[in-house]
Formats: sequence, structure tokens, C-alpha cells
Amino acid sequence: MINATTTMESVSYLDHKGKYKGIFAWIFATDHKRIALLYLYAISTFFVIGAILGLLMRLELISPGQTIMTAQTYNGIFTVHGIMMIFMVVIPGLSAIFGNFFLPILIGAKDVAFPRLNLFSWYIFITGSILAVLSQFLRSGPPDTGWTFYAPYSTATGTNVIFATTAAFVLGFSSILTGLNFIVTIHRMRAPKMKFFSMPLFPWSIYATAWIQVLATPIIAITLLMLIAERLFKIGFFDPAYGGDPILFQHMFWIYSHPAVYIMILPAMGVITEIIPTFCQRKVYGYKAIAMSSLAIAGVGYLVWGHHMFTSGMSETARWVFSLLTFIVAIPSAVKVFNWLATMYKGSIDLKPPLLYALSFIFLFSIGGLTGLVLGSLATNIQVHDTSFVVAHFHYIVFGGMGFGFFAALHYWFPKIYGRMYNFRRANIAWGILFVGFNLLYFPLFIIGMQGMPRRYYDYLPQFQTGHVISTIGGIILIIGLFLMIRNLVLGARKGAKAPANPWNGSTLEWQIVSPPPQENFDEDPLIKNNPYDYE
Amino acid sequence: MFSGASNFVNGVDKTFFIILGISFFFLIGITFTMIFFVLKYNRKKKIAAVQLKDNTWLEITWTLVPLALVMGMFYYGYMAFIPTRYPPKDAMEVKVIARMWKWSFEYKGGKQSDSLVLPVNKAVKLNLESMDVIHGFFIPSFRLKEDVVPGKHNYTWCIPEEIGQYEIMCSSYCGVRHSYMEGQVVVVSEDDFNKWLAALPDKSKETKSEGFKILQNNGCMGCHSIDGSKIVGPSFKGLYGSTVELVADDGTKKITADSTYIKESIFLPDKEIVAGYQKGIMKSYDNILKKEDVSKIIEYLKTIK
Ligand code: HEC
Ligand SMILES: [Cu+2]
Ligand SMILES: [Cu+2]
Repeated sequence: MINATTTMESVSYLDHKGKYKGIFAWIFATDHKRIALLYLYAISTFFVIGAILGLLMRLELISPGQTIMTAQTYNGIFTVHGIMMIFMVVIPGLSAIFGNFFLPILIGAKDVAFPRLNLFSWYIFITGSILAVLSQFLRSGPPDTGWTFYAPYSTATGTNVIFATTAAFVLGFSSILTGLNFIVTIHRMRAPKMKFFSMPLFPWSIYATAWIQVLATPIIAITLLMLIAERLFKIGFFDPAYGGDPILFQHMFWIYSHPAVYIMILPAMGVITEIIPTFCQRKVYGYKAIAMSSLAIAGVGYLVWGHHMFTSGMSETARWVFSLLTFIVAIPSAVKVFNWLATMYKGSIDLKPPLLYALSFIFLFSIGGLTGLVLGSLATNIQVHDTSFVVAHFHYIVFGGMGFGFFAALHYWFPKIYGRMYNFRRANIAWGILFVGFNLLYFPLFIIGMQGMPRRYYDYLPQFQTGHVISTIGGIILIIGLFLMIRNLVLGARKGAKAPANPWNGSTLEWQIVSPPPQENFDEDPLIKNNPYDYE
Repeated sequence: MFSGASNFVNGVDKTFFIILGISFFFLIGITFTMIFFVLKYNRKKKIAAVQLKDNTWLEITWTLVPLALVMGMFYYGYMAFIPTRYPPKDAMEVKVIARMWKWSFEYKGGKQSDSLVLPVNKAVKLNLESMDVIHGFFIPSFRLKEDVVPGKHNYTWCIPEEIGQYEIMCSSYCGVRHSYMEGQVVVVSEDDFNKWLAALPDKSKETKSEGFKILQNNGCMGCHSIDGSKIVGPSFKGLYGSTVELVADDGTKKITADSTYIKESIFLPDKEIVAGYQKGIMKSYDNILKKEDVSKIIEYLKTIK
């Protein structure tokens, strides 16, 4: 009898035998942890492809004139790079992978509210991704509109825009359904004693994100449908040649796509909020302030989309109102940073790889956020709008923020997911190379942007070359770091030393169960603390 | 402290200075604090962590202080921006015409020029008109940018304050030659400007064939030259009656460029591609050009041998 229970307990979700065998045990799995890994492998693949496309663009830009590709190829590459990275990597990234894996565990649940819907969302995601990839190979050539699909260029160009927009449309449904699933999970599936304010802060950030996914994504769906209809039937929504208004497209596009930035960054902030207390052995400072700031970002984030359109010819009033709100939305992010720093104060700080990534997140995200103030101010926006300054800004937020948050999450939860540990020394080296490469790659773009280097330029004036050369060298270094990091993690997953249940001495629920977690997460009812970060 | 090529340089650069100054202060503060804490409270020192209680006043302080700072930034940005929207009533007006991938400038009386020549120290209002897609009118040295949106009548204005030549760029992505859509602003003394304007030939009175005008108004000239040079697509010079090598799904073939072929190239450009070019670049002009327009184009093509 005793024996029976121990073997029952030790069957992890990785070894669990269900109805199906082999690969079908994965692609028909409804377990949130297996689905999380399905997302992890798909998204990592797209990320690597997207990064290589990015490197190709950087190589093209190392010298003025044609270097390795034609202008049309370049335009196609920056378009797929954007579509892949935005819709297939950073929007689903953290919530579909780590939200799926850890949200249920962190709130003491056995699974998400709708496990089969969860698997269905993954299939929708894969369908959309296949469409996006197909759009590259069909007859009329890769789309060349940029990921923003601005009309009337997108209604007029001869390339495969309909396929690409359909892909984004389909991917949106995956996002909506995942968001819905998480909202219901948080409301209905919490362990009996888990109150809203005793949830860890990662679930809080997933909660705020999920509301944006559910409420904002339908708007992009409608917009893309209208664009497709415009191309097919010349209805006259956006193209002035048929009586449409191109600015309408921009409003509709950004009403979704600005909040989408928070879909990307909020879960990353949630990850950082988990890592810092663990590696400082401190109760998180300002629990309520951090939780509320997530909701504030999600709320005010809806009202600032116009800052993408300051030079489109909007009225003065619209411009200053959007500028004012943009400055206000910066405040909750600042509050989070101050609370993270306060959590480190008088802690017992252990600079392991996850914390290294978390602290570099704070640094890079701060640069991204502070340069956002330059873009939010009406006077300076005139100079830097649509220049490489914007490119640098959003890569600091999306890659430096969401990307480094993602790497931090991988290194933090890796031992829990695989039950094995990676090599710390190699992880630190890869981090160093990545961090140096990242800053070399993007920082020069701020400077040449302020000097007037427009974005999406295939060719440029000779005065910008120094900046471009440094940036390309940074890009090469970054890719090397990336491969070293991936290699170290793959080695760790296959051959790493067995990881204990709680390698970092964390206080949240995932560390109270074995690594890797059993099929149903908890063999007995978990002990719920009033404050999830209780180290006393 | 900040003066430059136009009247807006001072305000914009001052705002840059203020925002970047405060930002550097915070960035250095945050980074330094992180590094300091990592060293001071390092676990190697074997000192147990001290748990602290939340402090509402502290939270309020670090909410309100940044709020006050960003409101200051907003105010400076707003004050420097507002003048850029209100040109003086007596400003000289110039129409900026953007088409794929060329800027042209129309002065009073309909005279057109490829570069924007302006008198120094005089206000000029620039009325921005696009013939096709959205372009971005951007003069970095003037701190001036406004999108050129088809169907909208956007404008911007400035007072050039230093004699010289400056770049105009297109900031809003507009297709394959977006990065080549450059132009020049030339700021000269008022006398020189008046002389230049008087000497500018009035092209609007020249009689061009109708076919030529159709080509120009539909942006064909952005991709096809009439002087034999290759831009994005093949040149129109000598096209009519020549032998063209085509690539289709079922291999290559050689044909003679007659009226049927040219009609098909315009209405179904992706059906067969001229060897050496990419598909998808030229869109179909089905629905846009009428049959008569195409006949006029063909008549014109016959004349450029
Ligand atoms: C975006 C660039 C672009 C624009 C704008 C454009 N074309 Fe083209 N055109 C091309 C390219 C590239 C080719 C060669 C590939 C092909 O056959 O489709 C081409 C081919 C042609 C050909 C066949 C030429 C030959 O040498 O056989 C004709 C005729 C033509 N275009 C007419 C027009 C007309 C008329 C317009 C304006 C109404 C126009 N094009 C606008 C890019 C363009
Ligand atoms: Cu343009
Ligand atoms: Cu352009």
C-alpha cells in the first residue's frame, strides 16, 4: 500500500502514460503542462527563424547600397520578421508557455478551466502560423507592407497581403481563447483558501493580460477583415480612391496593437516579480501596488493608441490628449521598478542566472521606457517618429523586456519543467554575450534615429554608416549568445544533473511539489499561505 | 543654446535635453542601486534577509514624484509643439506633391520644381498632397515631419533660418523605393529666391501627350523609366515592338511586345514575368486604368523608341 502511493506520486507529467503513445501523447494532450511545452517548442522555433531574418536585415544594412539582397527582398523580410515576432512569438510567448504551465500550479489548481479548449487554441495557433509561413511562398510573392499593414499601400500592393492578414486574424483567435481560459481559471479554479490577494503576482499579471487579449483582439480581427474585403471588393473603407480613409485604418490598427504591447510586457513583469523575491529571500515589497499597477497599465493602456499617429495629421487636441495619457501610463511601470528595487533592499541576494536575466530586464526595460518618454512628448516625437529611434525603443521594450523576461523565466522554471538543471557557468557566459550584443545592436539606432535615419530603409546616407556597422556587429554577437544559451539549455534538459524540488528556495506553490510536477500537480491539498512570498 | 536651421530647432532640442537629462538621472540611479544592492546584500556575506513592512507613504511618494516629472515633460513638449501647428497668415504657400518615389514642389502660379528652394527667414506653409500611398515629409535638420496622406490635406510650416542645403526624406514606408525617396531643401537669400523662381520654367504649360500624363499620374514612372535606365521594372524606352523574354509557370518563352502583350502586362502583371524581375512588385491596374487609358499609354510607348 505504501509502495503504491509512492509510485503514484512519482509519475511526472513527462512520463505519464495516457490513452495515446509517442508523439500523439503530446499533440493530443490536454494537460496544461504538456500544452505549455508544445507552445514552447513551436514558439522557440519561430523565434530562432525570426532572429535569423533579423540578422539578414542587419547584414544588408552594414553598408549603403545593395549588400546581400534586393530592396524587394528586404521589404519582404522586415515584414515577415515583424509578423512572426509579434504575432507568433511575443504576443503568445509568456502567457501561452509559462502562463499555461505555472498559472494553474501557482493558484493550486489541477489544470486550466477548459483543458480541451486549451489544446484547440494551440491548434489554431499552429494553423495561423502555417498560413503566415505559406504567405511567403505563394505565387504573387511575400507580403511587403510591414507588420502594420498600413492602407492604402496594403490595399494596393500586388503581394500576398490577404494570406498574411488571414494568418494574423487566425492567430488572434488563439490569443482570445487562451485569455478567456485564463480568466475563468483564475476566477473559478483557485484552491479553496487562495484569495485573490493571496495569489502570487505572476497570476495577477496573467489576469490583467488576459483581459486585454479578450477585449482588444477582436478589434484587430475586424480591422484585418475589413482590409481583406477592401482588397477583394474595393469597398472604400480605407482607400481614398474609393472614398475611404487611410487614417481610419491606423486608428483601428493601433486600438489593438498598442494594448498588444502590454500583452507582451505584463507577463514579463510578472515573471520578474516572482524571481526577485526568490533570489533575495524577501517578501515582495508593495504587493498591492504591483498588483494594482498591472491593472492600471491594462486599463490606461487602452487610451494611448494615438501616440503612434502623432504625425498623421490628427487635430492638435487629439495629439495633446494622447500625449498626456501616454505620460500617465508610464507611472505604473515606474512604480513596479521602484518596488522591485525595494524588494532587493536588505535581502540575501544570490546572483544566479535567473536573477542576472531579471536585473538585465530592469536595465533594458528602463531604457525602453525612458526613451518612450521622448516618443510621447509632442515636440520630440516630430523628430524621432518613424525613425530608427522607434526601432531601438521597441526592441528595448519587446526584446530587452519581454525577451529577457522570457529568458529569465526559462532559467528560473527550467528545473521545475524538466527536473534537471543547466550549467550555471555556461549560462552566465551566454548571458554576458547576449547582453553586450543586445546593447551594441540597438543602442546606436537611438543615435542615428535622432539624427534623422528613417526606419524601414533599405539604403541610407553615408553619414549613418558608423551606427549601422556597430549595430550589425552587435547583431552577430547577439546571435552567438543566443545559440550558446539555447545549447546550454538543451544540454541541461537532456543530460543535466537531477534538480531537487526547490533548488532556489522559493516560497510559491510550484516549489512545494516535486520536479518535474506530477500529472495532476498536487498529490495532496497544497498549503496556502496568506502572503505567497512568506520567507519568515 | 540650441539654434539651427529652422525656427523649431530650439524648442524641440530643449525638450530633448530636458527629457533625456531626467531619463539619464533615473537610469543611472536605478542601475547603480541594483549593482550596489547586489554587492552589499550578497548572500556570500551570510547575513539573513530582513523582512520589511510595506509603507503606503513611500508608495505614494514614488508615484507622485515621477508623475510630477512627466507632467513637466509633457508641458515642455506641448509648448514646443503648439507653434508648429500655427503658421502665420502671411506665410508663403508651397504645395508638396508626394508620389511613389519622388517629391515635387509647386509654387504659386503652378510652377513646379524637384527641389524645395526657400528664402531664408521667411515663413513658408507647406501643403502636403499625396498622389498614391502615405509618405512622410521629413526634414531632420528642421525638426519637421508630417505624414502626406492621400485624400487628406495635411500641412506643416517653418521659417528656415540658415542658408544651406538640407535633406528631405520619406519617413513613412511607401514601397520598394521608399529609401530612395529623397529630396533637397535649398535655403537661399530672398533675392536669390526671387531670381530662381522667375527663371523656373513653367512645365504645367508644356503639352505632353495624354499617355505620358496617365503614366505619371498613376505612379508608373516610379518603377519604369523612359530613358532606358532600369529602376524597379524594365524601361519603357524601345519596349514597343521589341523582343521580351518571359518566365511563366511552364518555362520561359520569347514574344514580341505588341499591344495585346502590353495590355496584359498592365492588367495581369503576375501572369508572366519579364526575365530577371520579381513577381508581386507591380500590382494589377485592373479596375484602376480604363481600356482607353491603356490605349493612350500604348500610343505614347510607340513614340519612345
Ligand atoms: C512597383 C513598381 C511598378 C509600378 C508602380 C509599375 N510597374 Fe510595370 N512592371 C514592374 C516590374 C517589376 C515589371 C517586370 C515584372 C513583370 O513582368 O511583372 C513590370 C512590367 C511592366 C510591363 C512589361 C514590360 C516589359 O519590358 O515587358 C509593362 C508594359 C508595365 N509594367 C506597365 C506599367 C504601367 C502602365 C504602370 C502604371 C500604370 C506600371 N507598369 C507600374 C514594376 C512596376
Ligand atoms: Cu514615400
Ligand atoms: Cu517612403
